Amino acid sequence: MNNELITWLIPLPPLIAFGLIVLFTNRSNRLSHSLAIIGAGLSWLLSMVVFFFAISANGVKEKALISNVNWLPTGDSWLKIGVQVDALTAIMLFFVAWTVLMIFIYSVGYHNFGQPKGEHDLPGKQPHGAFVTGTDGKEKHVLSIEPMYARFFAFISLFAFAMFVLVVSNNLLTLYIGWEIMGLCSYLLIGFWYAKPSAKAAAQKAFLTTRIGDVFMLLGLASLYTLTGSLQYEVIFSEQWLHFLTSHTSPVFGMSWAALIGILIFIGTVGKSSQFPLHVWLPDAMEGPTPVSAMIHAATMVSAGVYLVIRFFPILSAGYEAGGPLTTPMMAMAVIGSFTALFSATIAVAQRDVKRVLAYSTISQLGFMVAALGVGAYVAAAFHLVTHAFFKALLFLGSGSIIHGMEHGVLHTGEHVDPQDMFNMGGLWKKMPITFITFLAGGLALSGFPLITAGFWSKDEILSGAFNGGFIVVFVVLAIAALLTAFYTMRQISLVFFGKPRTMAAAHAHETKWTMTLPLSVLAFFSITAGWVGIPEAFPGLGGILPNWFDSFVGSMLHAEGHETVHHSSVPLITSLAVALGGLLLGYLVYKNIKDTQTDPMEWSLGGIYKVLANKYYIDEFYQWAFIKPAKWLSETFVYRWMDLFVIDGFFHGIAKLGLGLGNIFRQWFDLPVINRGGDAIASGTRRLGADLKIFQSGRVQDYMLLSLAFAVVGAVVFFVILF
Amino acid sequence: MENTMLIWILLSPILAAIVILFLSEENKKLLRLVALGASLIPLILSIIVWVQFDPSKAGFQFEFTAPWFQAINSNFHFGIDGISLPMVLLTTILTPLAIWASFSVKDNVKAFMALFLFLETGALGVFISLDLLVFFLFWEIGLVPMYFLINQWGGNNRNYAALKFILITMGGSLGLLLSIQIIGLTTGTFDLIEIYQLWPSLTLAGLQKILPFGLSITTVKTIAFWAFVVAFAVKVPIWPVHTWLPDAHTEAPTAGSMILAGVLLKLGAYGFIRLVIPLFPQQAQQFATVLAVLATAAIIFGALSAFGQRDLKRLVAYSSINHMGFVVLGIAAMAYVGTSAEGALTQSATIAMNGAILQMFNHGLSSAGMFFLVGVIYDRAHTRQLDELGGLWAVLPKYGSTFVFMSMASLGLPGLNGFVSEFLIVRGAWHIFPLATALGMIGLFFTGAYVLKAIAGLLHGPRNERWINLSEMNLREIAIAAPLMVLILSIGVWPSWILDMINRAVSLFF
Repeated sequence: MNNELITWLIPLPPLIAFGLIVLFTNRSNRLSHSLAIIGAGLSWLLSMVVFFFAISANGVKEKALISNVNWLPTGDSWLKIGVQVDALTAIMLFFVAWTVLMIFIYSVGYHNFGQPKGEHDLPGKQPHGAFVTGTDGKEKHVLSIEPMYARFFAFISLFAFAMFVLVVSNNLLTLYIGWEIMGLCSYLLIGFWYAKPSAKAAAQKAFLTTRIGDVFMLLGLASLYTLTGSLQYEVIFSEQWLHFLTSHTSPVFGMSWAALIGILIFIGTVGKSSQFPLHVWLPDAMEGPTPVSAMIHAATMVSAGVYLVIRFFPILSAGYEAGGPLTTPMMAMAVIGSFTALFSATIAVAQRDVKRVLAYSTISQLGFMVAALGVGAYVAAAFHLVTHAFFKALLFLGSGSIIHGMEHGVLHTGEHVDPQDMFNMGGLWKKMPITFITFLAGGLALSGFPLITAGFWSKDEILSGAFNGGFIVVFVVLAIAALLTAFYTMRQISLVFFGKPRTMAAAHAHETKWTMTLPLSVLAFFSITAGWVGIPEAFPGLGGILPNWFDSFVGSMLHAEGHETVHHSSVPLITSLAVALGGLLLGYLVYKNIKDTQTDPMEWSLGGIYKVLANKYYIDEFYQWAFIKPAKWLSETFVYRWMDLFVIDGFFHGIAKLGLGLGNIFRQWFDLPVINRGGDAIASGTRRLGADLKIFQSGRVQDYMLLSLAFAVVGAVVFFVILF
Repeated sequence: MENTMLIWILLSPILAAIVILFLSEENKKLLRLVALGASLIPLILSIIVWVQFDPSKAGFQFEFTAPWFQAINSNFHFGIDGISLPMVLLTTILTPLAIWASFSVKDNVKAFMALFLFLETGALGVFISLDLLVFFLFWEIGLVPMYFLINQWGGNNRNYAALKFILITMGGSLGLLLSIQIIGLTTGTFDLIEIYQLWPSLTLAGLQKILPFGLSITTVKTIAFWAFVVAFAVKVPIWPVHTWLPDAHTEAPTAGSMILAGVLLKLGAYGFIRLVIPLFPQQAQQFATVLAVLATAAIIFGALSAFGQRDLKRLVAYSSINHMGFVVLGIAAMAYVGTSAEGALTQSATIAMNGAILQMFNHGLSSAGMFFLVGVIYDRAHTRQLDELGGLWAVLPKYGSTFVFMSMASLGLPGLNGFVSEFLIVRGAWHIFPLATALGMIGLFFTGAYVLKAIAGLLHGPRNERWINLSEMNLREIAIAAPLMVLILSIGVWPSWILDMINRAVSLFF
């Protein structure tokens, strides 16, 4: 088969699975998950075919694979859509296909396939567990299957479809289509347990917060389309149009069109990849089932946001030369990215929920990538995107496995503790060895543990990119964030796995099934090895043993002049070693042997700051007060009650009243007195006259004689007077 | 050779209505089936017309002429082009579905069905008329059945709503008749095709005798322009003459709302496209900015008001104002550019107009679907208050999924129809009215907010004991929603099957 056709086909299997599950197989759990996994598996297979074609000798390094069809008729031309495979698409396909497939397999175990139905389980609620009678005759409380099992697989299939559409697109329009369908899927999946008020709120928050970014992005899209008449990458990133966009001034603040469009597109990323100030939705997104968190945090949503800015780097950086001043969008990315990286790392330090720590770490790591692009470290950003996807998917799935084990313990012991609070855990490494080993691999990768983990190589690239580019502020901020990252990661690992179990539930936790541990192992493999393809050649000792394949492959995407400069200094290397090891050590020392389930040792050391951090700087509260309440007031009271009901309807009612009033006036002052009474008056007047004249009509001949005599006399007198 | 196809499409509903009048009120089943069967005839015929229609030809096709009022040179002149054909199809698709949806109407079935078919003829007549007086005739005919549908089968506040509806719309179209008379008087014909040639370029001094009060032709044109605009603006409705709409919708029976939102609102927008821009190009160009401002107001305030509602049906009604605002924005962009401009602007205007016409079709599908689904839940729960409902997805999974689908179409989710048309409008209008389009994004954002509010209020939330016994959508209801969903999806995925026709027609017409 030819590779063009295969690329077109990549997104389809999950879509077909979605359709089939929704329409036909939603009553059968087994069929539904089989369909979903077959769909994801086919996409995985096709992606791998395309990936290996892409990296082969006559692959896409020189020339991208592009295929178009006409989609929208616009006047005398057509808007084309199509697919494209180049180096960036290839590496995206690689990690998306792997993580998606692993998440799908994991979901089977996570949603307790094969477990009994719970007596009190309802659709829209997390399963509560079921009672079964064991072989020994005793009644046991065990985990129960998710009541909307089939629906879950339908939704994540659609999610995977949207991500594949986004990745293989060769134009901004279908990218946007995938982008928005992912928004819907994240909404449906975060709110999967819709009966929970917190999940319901989190779903709306996710959709609306990202939509703020989306509407700006839509404007960027419209501008680009208006100016260049196309949305295809090959056209809009061509030298000719880039030159046009940089040399023409837009109506906003005298920016060039390239800068304005870059900013608009970047706002889309701020929403989707959860950068400050639109970061608030991502931590709440963990209200959904854990595989969804892994989807959102690694395989799809947030990666899509970073992918967008990497893809649009030619426009974002249009006019930038290495060593020269940053363009406006790059400046924005450098500032927002590094700020977000540090800001959310500080929040992560003070969280107790095992998933919430990871959520803030995602935001922080995305900040790293955005900042890297901002300082022009294109390859480093792409590299970190790939490695992060693997280890973050791993960490989320691992945390799901931990929670699962804890829930097992909770049901077994009947103890009422929060199975997600890290302070209720401890000593789990003995109970859940596979989860422990894999989680450790992911955690070390996240902290950037030197040499063996993937995270070290990609993070080191970012730090050295910032340092060598001369952006010392960005470098320092990111280094502090990296230190905090290592610290909170080790805090998490120590709290969960080390020490002694702090609750009965933790003491009775249980390793999860193979459907969950297998994906963990696969992802752990990539979390370690994915970094080895990008070891810089100048790295002391190790450089050059393996070729720096990633740099030459993905670097081929850039036009020659945008490529970062390659001076290698040992400062960033020493820094990344120091922050990673220092943070890990500090985290281990503080948290290795916690006994108390209530207080965090940080609370007394940080004092009031801890409370601010634990409450995420009160940003949610601020938004509630500054935006959400006013918006509700504006819509309900101002626009609806005052403007529509009072002013506009009041006006129409006024006209109606005026009409009624005028009618009344006519009735009272004209109709009644003039027409009615006037008419009556004529009638009664005539009658009265008749009655008065009646006396003359007596019927007696003598009277008439007398009358005629009288008239004759009067007539004669008149005649006489007139005549003479 | 005359082609009688359009006549059959136009007359078959009214003939069926007459047949229904002779049937017995007792046999409700028969009445319903006859009405449904009869409404399928225009649907089949219009599909045949669709297939036979040649989109590459300029001008009108399937033309038919018969004398009507020869003394003043007004004739039954009908014909369609690629702009009116989608509207005809929309009408003939929605009417059977609405009739099928009103199988649950229990009282006075005979009158209901007859009025409904009568209404279809009124709407179709507007879309296919090529004679101004006949256009006006059908324009007014459509009002009467709608008035009675609201007034007889409506909710608690139906008298107020029906009166408000008919008074404001009739008040709006007062000037329309007068202006049509002026056009007829000055050009000596009511035939639209001749008027297209004569009226826009009419500047002869010799007309002074005919024009009243010695007014100049420019003044008269401006007056006539505003009379047209007011009549159509009320119908669309454009902010700030929109307040009849939420009341009429809230009180109307389900099928009435479906047709009101799906078809009748399109009459106003169609009037702008068919009459206002071609007949008054200069005036339209002059006032296009005003129109764009009002459209933006409708987009923003419509969305905000929708977000402020607690009654689900009112929320959906306000969403119509928001969506029709986009249609008007597209029309304003076309009006501003007019026919004489350089290439890039004309292309943007064409794109915006394509979007506006497609948006009319799309809004017809999704709003009819939304009103239908609101009706389904009201039939069962007897309330539409979002704070009383909730947790229904667990009870009615099929209904819940259908509702999410429809509301996503209404939200403009890419992959469904609304996105294509809104994208085209934004793309086209951004070039011409950048500020208005940018502000319209606020409306687009709040569209998301109110749609999610509806889903959250209706479907999400803990299972409510009060609604535990509601019955799931039955087969008939699913069968009504299904064709709408198929069309919504097909336009979203492959819009060119309809957009190609619209695009050619717009390029040829303007």
